[in-house]
Amino acid sequence: MSGHSTYNPTSGFGKFMDERLPIARLVHDSFVSFPVPRNLNNWYTFGGILMVMLVSQIVTGIVIAMHYTPEASMAFDSVHLLRRDVSYGNVLQVWHAVGASMFFVAVYIHIFRGLYYGSYKAPREVLWILGVVIYLLMMATAFMGYVLPWGQMSYWGAQVITNFFSAIPLVGETVREYLLGGYAVGNATLNRFFSLHYLLPFMIAGIVILHVWTLHVTGQTNPTGVEVKSKQDVIPFTPYATVKDAFAMVVFMIIMCYFVFYMPDYLGHADNYIMADPLKTPAHIVPEWYFLPFYAVLRAVDFNIGIPFTDIVLIDSKLGGVLAMFGAIAVLFFVPWLDTSDVKSTNYRPTYKIFFWLFAINAVFLGYLGSRPAEGIWIPLMKASTFWYFVHFIVIMPLLGWFEKPLPRPASITDAVLAKSSGAGASQIDGAAAEPQTKG
Amino acid sequence: MKTVFTKFTSMISAVVMASGLALIGTSAASAAGYPLEKPKEQSWSFAGPFGSYDKAQLQRGLKIYTEVCAACHSMNLLSYRNLGDLGYSQAQIKNFAAEYEVTDGPNADGEMFERPAMPTDRFVGPYANENEAASANNGALPPDMSLLAKARAPERGFPTFIFDIFTMYAENGADYIYSLMTGYSDPPEGVTIGEGLHYNPYFASGNALAMASQLSDDLVEFDDGTKSTADQQARDISAFLMWAADPNLPQRKQRGFIVILFLAIFAGLLYFTKKKVWSDVAH
Amino acid sequence: MSEAHASDATRRDFLYIATGAAGAVAVGGIAWPLVSQMGPNEREQAAGAPVEIDISAVEPGMLITVIWRGAPYFVRHLTDAEVASAKDAPEGDFRDYASADSRIAAAEGTDPKWAIVSASCTHLGCVPTKVDTGLEGWLCPCHGSKFDVTGRVMKGPAPTNLPLPPFAFASEEKLVIGQDKAGA
Repeated sequence: MSGHSTYNPTSGFGKFMDERLPIARLVHDSFVSFPVPRNLNNWYTFGGILMVMLVSQIVTGIVIAMHYTPEASMAFDSVHLLRRDVSYGNVLQVWHAVGASMFFVAVYIHIFRGLYYGSYKAPREVLWILGVVIYLLMMATAFMGYVLPWGQMSYWGAQVITNFFSAIPLVGETVREYLLGGYAVGNATLNRFFSLHYLLPFMIAGIVILHVWTLHVTGQTNPTGVEVKSKQDVIPFTPYATVKDAFAMVVFMIIMCYFVFYMPDYLGHADNYIMADPLKTPAHIVPEWYFLPFYAVLRAVDFNIGIPFTDIVLIDSKLGGVLAMFGAIAVLFFVPWLDTSDVKSTNYRPTYKIFFWLFAINAVFLGYLGSRPAEGIWIPLMKASTFWYFVHFIVIMPLLGWFEKPLPRPASITDAVLAKSSGAGASQIDGAAAEPQTKG
Repeated sequence: MKTVFTKFTSMISAVVMASGLALIGTSAASAAGYPLEKPKEQSWSFAGPFGSYDKAQLQRGLKIYTEVCAACHSMNLLSYRNLGDLGYSQAQIKNFAAEYEVTDGPNADGEMFERPAMPTDRFVGPYANENEAASANNGALPPDMSLLAKARAPERGFPTFIFDIFTMYAENGADYIYSLMTGYSDPPEGVTIGEGLHYNPYFASGNALAMASQLSDDLVEFDDGTKSTADQQARDISAFLMWAADPNLPQRKQRGFIVILFLAIFAGLLYFTKKKVWSDVAH
Repeated sequence: MSEAHASDATRRDFLYIATGAAGAVAVGGIAWPLVSQMGPNEREQAAGAPVEIDISAVEPGMLITVIWRGAPYFVRHLTDAEVASAKDAPEGDFRDYASADSRIAAAEGTDPKWAIVSASCTHLGCVPTKVDTGLEGWLCPCHGSKFDVTGRVMKGPAPTNLPLPPFAFASEEKLVIGQDKAGA
C-alpha cells in the first residue's frame, strides 16, 4: 500500500511491535486512516458485509463440523443429531445454511453495484478479476457444502453436476471418476467434498486479502465515477465508513435472522429432508437458487452443433450446455475490456442505464427459468433469456461504449457533493479530510 | 427530471431485488402437475412468529401414531426421551418405552438378545429394515416419519411464494399431511388408477397412492376427551409430525423474537451514531 | 454556545456508549452459542444417566465390571473373610488410608459387603486385574500397583485409592450407579 502512513504508536508495546511486526500499522493504514470517497452510498457497504459473512460461515462451519460425520451412512443422521440434541445446534446449522444463501444475496448485490458504477474499469481490472475468482470459489464451496447433508437433492445435484465433466471429449469419463472417487456419487465423493469444503473458504480468504490489497492500491470508485482528485474528496475510513458499514451489517443481519428463526426452510428444498437414495431420482432436480441462472443457461442448449447439411456433430447438446454454462461465468472475466465506455458510473450513461436494468431483470428471470422444468414454453424462454445474457456482454457493452453520448460528469467528488448540498448552504468542505493515497 | 428518474430506478431496483429474493422460493418438491389439488391451508398453533405446540394435541397425535401409523411407519430420528416435550414425566416415558423391544448385544456368549426399550433408545420401527418394510407393503416403502412434515412442500406457485415471505408461511408440510389424510375420494369419471392404489388428489407424486385412507371417526380414543373425528385425528397427527420434524420450533421462534428485537434496537442506535458521526462532514 | 456544545457532547457520548454497549451484548450473544455447543449434547447427557445393575447373580467373591459415562467400575461382592481382613488391616499397610467401613456398602436390609469402585488405576488409568489372595483385591498389570479388596492402594506407584462413584441401592437386587439417592 502506497502513501504516507499516519500511524504513530504511543505505548511501549506499540513501538516495540512496530519495529518488528507492524500489524497495528497495517490495520491502521488499511482500516482507520485509509481515505475513502466521501460520497459512497449504501450499495458500497456490501464489501464489508461479505467479509462478515465469510467469517460467519467459517466460524459456524467449524463449529458444526464438530458434530458432523462425513460418512454416507451417518451424515444425514449426524446433521439431525446436531439439530435436535446439540445445544444451539439447530440455530448454528440453520445459520450456516441460510448464511450461504445470504452470502450469495450479498455477492450478487456487490457484483451488480460493480457493474453499475464501473468498478471493473481501469485501473481496477485485477480487482474485478479477483472478485470473479472469489465468486467461482464461492460457487464451488456452496456446491460441495450442499452435498454434505446427504439428502436427496444433495446426492442428485452432485450426480448431475459431476456428470458435466463426462462431457469433456476423450478424458471426460476418467475425469468424472477421479472427481467422484468412484463410478457414481458415493461415500468417497462425500468425504473428499467435506475435505475440500473445509479448505476452500480459507482459499477464498486468501484471495479476499489480495482483493482488498489491490482495492487499497487503486482506491474505491464512487457514485460519480470521477476519481479522487484532492484531499477534500476523501474522508478517513474510521469512523465514517466503519460506522456506516456496521449499520448496514446489522440491517442485513435482521433480514438474515428473519429467515434463520422464522422461515429456516424457505431458502432450501424439501427433498433434502429425505435421505439420499441412489435408486430414486427426485421429480425435479433443482440446484440452490443462486445457481439457477446458470442452470437455465445449461438447459437452454438442447441442440447439437454440427456442420450444416451433414450428420457431423461437432459439439453435442450436453457438451454445448456445459460450455455455455461455463461461458456465462467466463464472460465475466472479460468485462473490463468488453465495456468500451470511458464513463465509469451508469448515472451518467442514460442509454446504458436502460440496458443495465434490462440485464438485471433478465438475470432474475433467467434464475426463475432455472427452476422450471425443461419442457413446453419454458425452453424457448430459456433460450431467449440466455441469448440476451450473452448479448448484453458481447454486443451491448462494446457498442454502447462507442456510440453512446454520456451526460456531463461533475468535475470532482467535492463538486458533486457541494452541488447536492448547495441548498444547505455549504460553500466549502472542511472537517475530516484525509490524504488521498497516491501511487509511487 | 433527474429526481424522478432516480426514484424510478430505485423502484426498479427494489422490485428486482424483491423478485431476486423471491427467486429463492422457487424450488418445487413434487412431480410436475401434482398434487392435483393444492393443500388446504389450516390454522395451526405453531404458525406465526409466536407459534408453539399444543401439548395436548401432541399427546393425541402420539396416540394416533402409536395406534395407527406405527404399524407401518418408522420414526428413526426420535428417541423416547424426546417425549418429555409432550409433558410426560420420566416415569411415564420409561413405561412407554418399555412396551417396545429392542435388539441389543452381542452378549458375552456372542448372541444378540431382545430387551425392553429405554428412554435413550430410538423409537422402535415396525420393520427390521427398509427391504422388509417395502416387501410387506407390495413394494411400496412406507416412508420414515421423523422429517415427513418438512420433506413434503408442494409448490406454492407464483406470486404466492413471494407473499409467503411476508406472511411467514412455513406450514406447507402440515397442511399437506392434513389434506392428504382427509383427501381420499373416489376417482372422478373416466380416471383409471393403478391396481392396489387409492385415489387422492392431494398426493404430491401422482393421482393415487399405495396407502389407503387410515383415519375414521372414533378410530382412536383420546384420553383428554376430545371428540375423535377423522378431521381431528388428521389435525392432531399433522401437528405431531410437525413436532417430530421440528421439536425446537417454539424455542427457535422465541429466540428469533429476542434476537430481531435486539438487532432492531442495535440498528437504531447505529443509525443515530452514524448520523452523528457524519454530521460534520458534507456528503 | 458552549453550553449547547456541552449538552451535545453528553448526548453524543450517551449515544456512543449505548451503541458500544449494544455491540458488546451482540458479541456476547454470538459467543455464547459457540461455546455452549461444545458441551455434551442431549444424546450424551441421556446416555450419561445413572445405570441400573442387577446384582442378584453376583455371588460373594465375584465381581462384575460395568460402564457408566464411558468409564468402567467394579462391583465386587466381598466374602465375610475379605470384609474382616479389610477391617483388621493396620493403617501402615496403606498409602492413602481410609477406614474400611467408609468403603464397604450395604444393600437394603443386609450387612455391608459391597465394594463399588472405579476400575481406573489412579496411576495412569489401566484397569487392574482381580486378585483372590486374602487382603489384596486388585493388582494393576501396567506398573504393579496393588489395591485391597475395598480398592485402597497398598503399593504404588498409584498415589490414591480407587475413587467411589455416586451410587445407591434401589433394592437388594438392584444397584444404581450414577446417583447418590435411590430414585426412579
